[in-house]
Amino acid sequence: MNLDPKIPSGPLAQKWSKTKFDYKLVNPANKRKYSVIMVGSGLAGAGGAASLAELGYYVKCFCYQDSPRRAHSIAAQGGINAAKNYHNDGDSVWRLFYDTVKGGDFRAREANVYRLAEVSNDIIDQCAALGVPFAREYGGLLDNRSFGGAQVSRTFYARGQTGQQLLLGAYQALERQISRGQVEMFPRHEMLELVVVDGRARGVVVRDMVTGEVATHLADAVCLATGGYGNVYFLSTYAKGCNSTAIWRAYQKGAGFANPCFTQIHPTCIPVTGEHQSKLTLMSESLRNDGRIWVPKKKGDTRAPGDVPEEERDYYLERKYPSYGNLAPRDISSRAAKQVCDEGRGVGSTGLGVYLDFAESIGRLGVDAIREKYGNLFEMYERITAEDPYTVPMRIFPATHYTMGGLWVDYNLESTIPGLFVLGEANFSDHGANRLGASALMQGLADGYFVIPYTMGDYLARTPKTAVPADHPEVRAAEAAVRERGARLLGIKGKRTVTSFHRELGRIMWEHCGMARNAADLKAGLARIPPLREEFWRNVTVPGSGGEINQSLEMAGRVADFLELGELIIRDALERDESCGCHFREEHQTPDGEALRDDERFTHVAVWEHAGGDRAPVRHQEPLAYENVHLATRSYK
Amino acid sequence: MNLTLHVWRQKNARTPGRFVTYEAHDISPDMSFLEMLDVVNERLIEGGEEPIAFDHDCREGICGTCGVVVNGRPHGPRERTTACQLHMRSFADGDSLTIEPWRAKAFPVLKDLIVDRGALDRIIAAGGFVSAPIGSAPDANAIPVRKVLADLSMDAAACIGCGACVAACPNASAMLFTAAKVSHLGLLPQGQPERFDRARAMIAQMDAEGFGSCTNHEECQAACPKGITVETIGRMNADYVMASLTVGRRAARLGDSGGG
Repeated sequence: MNLDPKIPSGPLAQKWSKTKFDYKLVNPANKRKYSVIMVGSGLAGAGGAASLAELGYYVKCFCYQDSPRRAHSIAAQGGINAAKNYHNDGDSVWRLFYDTVKGGDFRAREANVYRLAEVSNDIIDQCAALGVPFAREYGGLLDNRSFGGAQVSRTFYARGQTGQQLLLGAYQALERQISRGQVEMFPRHEMLELVVVDGRARGVVVRDMVTGEVATHLADAVCLATGGYGNVYFLSTYAKGCNSTAIWRAYQKGAGFANPCFTQIHPTCIPVTGEHQSKLTLMSESLRNDGRIWVPKKKGDTRAPGDVPEEERDYYLERKYPSYGNLAPRDISSRAAKQVCDEGRGVGSTGLGVYLDFAESIGRLGVDAIREKYGNLFEMYERITAEDPYTVPMRIFPATHYTMGGLWVDYNLESTIPGLFVLGEANFSDHGANRLGASALMQGLADGYFVIPYTMGDYLARTPKTAVPADHPEVRAAEAAVRERGARLLGIKGKRTVTSFHRELGRIMWEHCGMARNAADLKAGLARIPPLREEFWRNVTVPGSGGEINQSLEMAGRVADFLELGELIIRDALERDESCGCHFREEHQTPDGEALRDDERFTHVAVWEHAGGDRAPVRHQEPLAYENVHLATRSYK
Repeated sequence: MNLTLHVWRQKNARTPGRFVTYEAHDISPDMSFLEMLDVVNERLIEGGEEPIAFDHDCREGICGTCGVVVNGRPHGPRERTTACQLHMRSFADGDSLTIEPWRAKAFPVLKDLIVDRGALDRIIAAGGFVSAPIGSAPDANAIPVRKVLADLSMDAAACIGCGACVAACPNASAMLFTAAKVSHLGLLPQGQPERFDRARAMIAQMDAEGFGSCTNHEECQAACPKGITVETIGRMNADYVMASLTVGRRAARLGDSGGG
C-alpha cells in the first residue's frame, strides 16, 4: 500500500502556496470536457460540487436524502473556527494550527492542519459573501465566542444553527450550479459500489431509492464526502441515515482506512431515557461558555439540584483543569464525566448524567442575554426532556458524535486508489486523535471550497483522459455485486429486524470500545461481533421488494457494513497500545488519570488494508513527522 | 400509554392510498413521535408486514426531513415543534391519531407518508442564492451589517424547508417558504444586487411548480416549526412590486425575458 503523504517540501507556512503554484492546471476551455462525481452534499460535498462546477467541470452529485440541504452538517450547532484575530486577543494562523495539533494529541499531519488553519479566514469571508447571517455586534462587525481547547475567541456562529446556515450557503451555491446545468443532482440515491478501472476510480453504482433502479455513473474522478461512521454505535448524535457504506465499499476496493478507532464521544448530550431511544441529541459545546458543569460531592446524592448547597457541589472541570475550566477539550471532559458517574456521583434517574448549570450566568448576564445566545438550544432541551433549563440545570452525558478516523488521504485528499478523493469527515486527515469544537465545519468547507478545486485540477491534468465503456467488465461486475447483495438481504427472510441487530452491535461497541478501553474488553468485544454478523446474514428479516421505496432494505445494507466496520474499529483500538486523545487505554494513564501517549511506538497513522474474503486486514503505518511543533504532553491544567 | 393510529398507506405514486388502523400499545410518554412509529414498525416487521414508510433523518428538528400531518395539524399539536421533537407526552392515553402525508399537488406522495418535495429545491435554484463564486469574497468585516438586519435575516434563514407551511395552507401555497429565503438574503447587504431579480424568479418558479396563491390565511405561520412569520411575505411582496418597476420594466422594454 503506497502511503506517501506527498507533503510538499519547504517551510510549513509556504507549503500550500508553493504547492498551488506547482499544481498543473486544466485550461478553461478543457475543463468542460471533464466530469467529476461527488457523493454526499454536506459542507464538503455541496461546497466541493459547487466550487468544481464554478470552475467549469461537469459534476454529478448524489445524496441519500430527499434534498442536498438535509445533509447532517446542518445539525452542527455551535460554530466555526477561524484565525481572524478580530478580537485582538492574540490569535493567528499559527495558534489555530498549534491548538488543533495539540487538541488532536499530536496524531495529525502537520502540513494538513497548517493548511486548514491558513484557509480558515477565507472560509469566513466566503460564507459572509454567500449571505450566511453570522451573529453580529452592534457596530455591524462579526461576533465571536469561545470553544473548547482554545484560550482565544475565534468561533464564528449563527445562533445555535451555525451548521445549518453554512450548509444553506453551500447548498444555495450548489443549487445555482444546478440551475446553470453545471451540476446534475441525484437526491434519494445511495452509492452502493465504487467502480475502479485500470487502477483508477472511475464511477459509482447507485440505487435510486424511489424506483429501486440500480445504475452506474462514470466520470474522470470520484469524490466521497459521505461523512463519518459514528452510527456504528447505534446511539449517536448522527442523523439516522448517516452510514459508512460509501467509504466501506471504497475500503473493500483497496482504499486504506486510517485510524478507525478514533471516535469522538461528545461530553454534552442529552442522556438516554429508555430502550426505545433512537438517537441522542447534542447540546452544543458553546453552552460551556456560560454553563458550569458539576455533580454533588457526595455519592448517591438524590436531592434536587437546587437543594444541593454550593459547598457540596463539585465543579470538577474547574477543579481539575483550572486554566481551561469548563472549556476543556471534548475527550477530556467526556472522560471526566464518566469518572464522576463511575464513582456513583452521576445525576438523574439512571445516574448517567452530570449538571450543566446556567444559574450563575443568568444571575450575571440576565435571562435575556442567555436566551439570545442559546435560546434555540434551551428550547430543544425542553422539548426533549420536559424540563426548563432556565430554572433547572440541564442534565448531560457523553455520546458518540464524530469520527476522526476515515479513509486515508494524502496532502491532495487523494486516497490510496488513484482518482478517488475523500473530503470532510469521511477522511482522516486533520483532527488526529481528538477534534476540537468548531473545527468540523471548518474542515468540511476547507476541503470543499479551497482544497479540492486545486488538487482535482492537478489530478485531471496529470492523468491521460480515457473513456470507460458503459459495459466494461468492471462496471458489470460492480452492478452485479449490488444486485446480488440486495437480493441476498431480501431472501434471508429470518426472524430478527435490522434494528435489533444494529442496537446489539451498538451496545457491543459502547461497552467494549467506548470512552475507556482496555485489552481484555477489546478482545472480548472482538469475539462478539463475528457471531452477530453470522446471525445477521442468516436470521435478518427485510420485508418488501427491491423495486420500490424500501427503508428496511436501505438500513439492512448499512447495518451489514457496520457489522464489518465495527470489528475493524475494535481491532485498531487493540493494536494502538497507547492512550491518545479520544482513545483512552486504561493500561496507559498518568497517576492522575490523564492519557499517556507512547510516542516512541505510535507516532504514526494506522492504515488498514482490506485483505479480501475472510482474511484479517493488514495494518500499515504512515509515520508522522513533527518538524514544527514539539511533541509535548497535552495539558489543560 | 395506548393509542389508536389511523395511518395513510399508499404503495406508490400511481396507486391509490387508504387509511389503515393500528393499535399502538405500551408507548412511553418519553418517546418522540417518530420513536413511537419506530416501535409500531418493529412490531409490524416482526409480524411479517411492511412497515410504515416515513421520512426522517436528524431527529433533532433541524434537517427538515420529517413531517406528517397529525389530526389535521402539520407536525402535530405542539407549536413550533417538528414531528421528531414532538414527544408522546403531548398526547393522552387512549387518544386516536390520524396520520397523513403532506397534502399538496406540488408534493406527490411517493409512498405512505413520504412525499416528493423537489419543487422546493427548484424554487431555490431559480434564484435563492447570492452569486458569489468561491474565492471571490472580500474580508468578512469589510461590509458591516446592522445587527437588527442580521437578526431579522437570521430569523428568516431559520427555515428548515420541511414544507409544513404548504401542507397547512388551504391553497397549498409555498409563499412562506419562498418569502423566508427572499427575506433572508434581501435583508443583507450581500443580497442586494440580485434582490429584485431573486423575488421575481423565485415567485415565477413557485407558480410553475403548481403551488397555490396566498390569500392571507396565515395557517403557514401557525404551522411553521421554526416560527417564520408572515412578515417575510410582506417583504417579498414589496420586493416583487419593486421588481416589476425595475428589472421587470426593463425586461419588457428590451423584450428580454432574462431581465437586467
